[in-house]
Amino acid sequence: MNIETRALKTRAETDLASQYEALRASAGASVALRDKAFALFEAKGLPHRRVEEYKYSDLRAHLKSAAAPAAVASLEQSTASLAAAEAFAGVDRFRVVLDNGRLVAGLSDLEALAREGVGVTDVALLLEDEARARGVLSAPALACDDVSVALNTAFLQGGVAIAVGEGASVSKPVEIVHLASGEGARYSRVEVSLGTGAKFTLIESFAPTASSGEVNAVSNYMVGDEAELTTARLVAGGDTHVSSIFLTLGTSSRVKTLGFNVGTGFARTQSFVSFTGEHADADLLGITMLRGKGHGDQTLVVDHAVPHCNSRELFKAVVDGQAEAVFQGKIIVRPHAQKTDGRMMTQALLLSEEASMANKPELEIFADDVQCAHGATSGQIDEDLLFYLRARGIPETEARALLVLAFLAEAVEELGDEAIVAALEERVRGWLSVEA
Amino acid sequence: MLEIKNLHARIAEDETEILRGIDLTVKPGEVHAIMGPNGSGKSTLSYILAGKEDYEITEGDILFNGESLLDMEADERAAAGLFLAFQYPIEIPGVATMTFLKTALNAQRKARGEGELSTPEFMKRVKDKAAELNITMDMLKRPLNVGFSGGEKKRSEILQMSLLEPKLCVLDETDSGLDIDALRIVADGVNRLRSPDRAMVVITHYQRLLDHIVPDVVHVLSRGRIVKTGGKELALELEKNGYADYVGEQAA
Amino acid sequence: MPAVQETIDRVRSIDVDQYKYGFVTEIESEKAPKGLNEDIVRFISAKKGEPEWMLEWRLDAYRRWRTMDEPTWARVSYPKIDFEDLYYYSAPKTAEGPKSLDEVDPELLATYEKLGIPLREQEILAGVAPQNRVAVDAVFDSVSVVTTFKEELKKAGVIFCSISEALREYPDLVRKYLGSVVPVSDNFYATLNSAVFSDGSFVYVPEGVRCPMELSTYFRINDQQTGQFERTLIIADKGAYVSYLEGCTAPQRDENQLHAAVVELIALDDAEIKYSTVQNWYPGDKEGKGGIYNFVTKRGDCRGRNSKISWTQVETGSAITWKYPSCILRGDNSRGEFYSIAVSNGYQQVDSGTKMIHLGKNTSSRIISKGISAGKSQNTYRGLVSAHRKASNARNFTQCDSLLIGQDCGAHTVPYIEAKNSTAVFEHEATTSKISDDQMFYCQQRGLSDEEAVALIVNGFVKDVIQQLPMEFAVEAQKLISISLEGSVG
Repeated sequence: MNIETRALKTRAETDLASQYEALRASAGASVALRDKAFALFEAKGLPHRRVEEYKYSDLRAHLKSAAAPAAVASLEQSTASLAAAEAFAGVDRFRVVLDNGRLVAGLSDLEALAREGVGVTDVALLLEDEARARGVLSAPALACDDVSVALNTAFLQGGVAIAVGEGASVSKPVEIVHLASGEGARYSRVEVSLGTGAKFTLIESFAPTASSGEVNAVSNYMVGDEAELTTARLVAGGDTHVSSIFLTLGTSSRVKTLGFNVGTGFARTQSFVSFTGEHADADLLGITMLRGKGHGDQTLVVDHAVPHCNSRELFKAVVDGQAEAVFQGKIIVRPHAQKTDGRMMTQALLLSEEASMANKPELEIFADDVQCAHGATSGQIDEDLLFYLRARGIPETEARALLVLAFLAEAVEELGDEAIVAALEERVRGWLSVEA
Repeated sequence: MLEIKNLHARIAEDETEILRGIDLTVKPGEVHAIMGPNGSGKSTLSYILAGKEDYEITEGDILFNGESLLDMEADERAAAGLFLAFQYPIEIPGVATMTFLKTALNAQRKARGEGELSTPEFMKRVKDKAAELNITMDMLKRPLNVGFSGGEKKRSEILQMSLLEPKLCVLDETDSGLDIDALRIVADGVNRLRSPDRAMVVITHYQRLLDHIVPDVVHVLSRGRIVKTGGKELALELEKNGYADYVGEQAA
Repeated sequence: MPAVQETIDRVRSIDVDQYKYGFVTEIESEKAPKGLNEDIVRFISAKKGEPEWMLEWRLDAYRRWRTMDEPTWARVSYPKIDFEDLYYYSAPKTAEGPKSLDEVDPELLATYEKLGIPLREQEILAGVAPQNRVAVDAVFDSVSVVTTFKEELKKAGVIFCSISEALREYPDLVRKYLGSVVPVSDNFYATLNSAVFSDGSFVYVPEGVRCPMELSTYFRINDQQTGQFERTLIIADKGAYVSYLEGCTAPQRDENQLHAAVVELIALDDAEIKYSTVQNWYPGDKEGKGGIYNFVTKRGDCRGRNSKISWTQVETGSAITWKYPSCILRGDNSRGEFYSIAVSNGYQQVDSGTKMIHLGKNTSSRIISKGISAGKSQNTYRGLVSAHRKASNARNFTQCDSLLIGQDCGAHTVPYIEAKNSTAVFEHEATTSKISDDQMFYCQQRGLSDEEAVALIVNGFVKDVIQQLPMEFAVEAQKLISISLEGSVG
């Protein structure tokens, strides 16, 4: 009766349509692949609250207009932006710099990485050849009907593909620094592949930016058999940020990821984790810290398609001001994925009267010999604890900060890498020291 | 009462051979102890007697009062009078111990064509036997084995045994995890059940249980075979010299 | 299911598709023509001798329903229902409503006899102690056939009758509350119900009265291709208390039958309503053929301060269950509870749960849900807990446990937890597990058969919910769960 024949209605949607028309003309070898992705957007429009996956993050309502894709930044601009992006300055690491979605070779430690046996390829170059563009834009791991991912594919500006060879162990973490210089939207792609038995620690950081424009980033992490990947991903600031992370785990691989989202804008991080080989193990951690009118959404789908894998999910949110935090987590256990162990916990601390939290932890179980559980809590700072600290002479603000830090510590420390943990804890302390 | 003939058995899943030709005859009224080093197949033997499905009999037979047990399900063996006291009793959340006892007793009575016990009659039996084992009513109201200490679990096993009045009792490492006081209570409970028409097979690694439950015959099990049989003095000898001789004997 | 010993005794060993209530009563019935249009709505209203406003209310619902679509968000799949191929009214043929039991068709009485539902007050009185008496309203297809103990309840001031009768005798009360919890256009099935409901039960417990006995309704679908749409309205006035039991069965049919009921509960200041259901509609056979489609809207409104509404449900039947008994915690300090056991076997699909909407201050809610899936069934818990801006100090505790028996079934948990007030404290836990081989072996070693062992372990699993049921109901529910799971192992 009222079947929606969904045309592109809103201002942002029509903006995107005309921007895409303009982009097509110069898309060259990748145009057919981009067209295919854009067709999904044309059919569905921007995701809105009636789309179950976006129930709590109505992108259509949020996006009043869409900025045109940002131009290539000059080296001077990038150098200036990079100087401000120092969240992980205390971590001894290699850097790979992207600005406005494109690799800035001149600011990246490419030679050092080459010496470590790490292959770094500019995604923008791959897009110039149809066959290679297909490998990036139609990667099988990314097959889904998510409109944010489709928009990333359609508008993709560049990015970086990092390959860590079989058995390689990189001496230092690699930080991919996502910069934003000037105005405009950024569409970037990061591909990381770990060969059999490789060990790798990756940081992705999205620097806070004064400039406007959406960020739409897609990361595809492919972890080979017996490989070990540790990643931390910091999203700080920006008025609209959507990240989609695909993580594929091979046999007996080990992965620890931490998504750290701090800000006052609209941010959604959606992760799609799939187990493709047995005996793999994943720790998936998340921290959300919001204030003002911030909206922070961490959405997670963990797909246990094979037997004997473990996943543990721990997500913590601290919400102040009028901000709203969202956690959606779904554990799927497919038929025959026996002996799966999946445990998910989401906890929220609401610091102000108008702060809010929506939790949706889901289980979808099709195999019987499994251990799956989830828990969700939300509440305020425990007044008894606060009183105890104050009775010991700690001033209220400090006592509150201490309790928030304690609340978050479990999820941060679980990551294991001490330098990265220290950098993130510093970030938490910095956030707490700012009066709301 | 129990006749094990050339019993060979393996783990069904990976075909590891555990028992390699066991012969054992237990007559009514006798108490047999089976001792042996870790991994000799003691617990496997108890599970096979009780009918656990994880094992495959590749050769031989087990006769219980002249009838083969091999084609009987675990519950049929129980109703026929075979009781296994588990080394690690299983927890069943939400099911009160009392409820479990009554369900088990009446299921066995039904299988034997006897009428169900009335609640007052049942309660009387339980109370008397529980008191002997130092088991409180409070413990009987708790879910079966959930949150029980090691000693409580074993006492609960012996309570079940005395209530169900089996013909053959198989005790699997009943002494494990018990301090000396708990061991005495449990052993007293077992000794009360000794009678001319009931037999017992006591499986243990250590001799100390046999100070309390004195066996008529002692067997040494090693690598899936009974390598020596003797009187109760054999247990003392093992305590003194360990199992090394027997393991060695096998290897030779 | 008003629990009486005879019913329990009749429970015998049956297989999944040997559903014990699968008999058909040969009785003449009067039906409206198949299909749905305004004339059918008028026909139903006229048959009931309803006031004009009621007819308008129904027509309004009917017109809205015509503009609505069937909801598709639940995890259930079934062939599209042809709403024009159903009878919307079916009643046992009698000239007038029965004035006393002697006028009730003996075939009907025999049916309830078979079901174990005592309708003859003297028979109940003969065997049962007064405090255990249960007043019964029996609904056959679309129509209430008899209500027992009416006179005695009347002495206490409690009104317990069919909703048709209430519309005639107490129109003001009905008009005041009907549709005030579940609005006419709440959802597709509730709207359909509003247009065509033909009967159901009505309860009003006046201020300060504690209802002297359990009230019970027994629903039975008998006629083929007949939709059953009953409507229940229960009002507990200030300080009142009532405990209400609901039971349901249907015969075995190859075709699916539709059931779309609406239940509205209203608790005013300091009032308490306890609503218990044992749902045992025909679940379909082993191949998934037949069975009831059960689309039910149940909602309670804790309208007054310190009010309390408690739902307890044992869901074992129906091919499809779509049901979310909910509480609107409007009054300050009000409390909502939801205790549920949902058992699915064969090809059954269950999508059930609750909503706890915290609006008032200091409101609390508790959800205990136990899902058991066996065979090739799918069992979903879907729930919402929300605290609105002004619901300061809202509290919720949720425990959702699933037990899987066999590897061809599914168990799913979909909770929505929304805190819009920082003083809200919500705790949610969910687990999924199976009956372990060790537990089975242990029970068998003590002499229990496979099925006895499963029944015992499952009863342990659901104990927290069973305890919430009135005593006799609890015994019946346990037996029913065991029967529903027969054939699920081995």
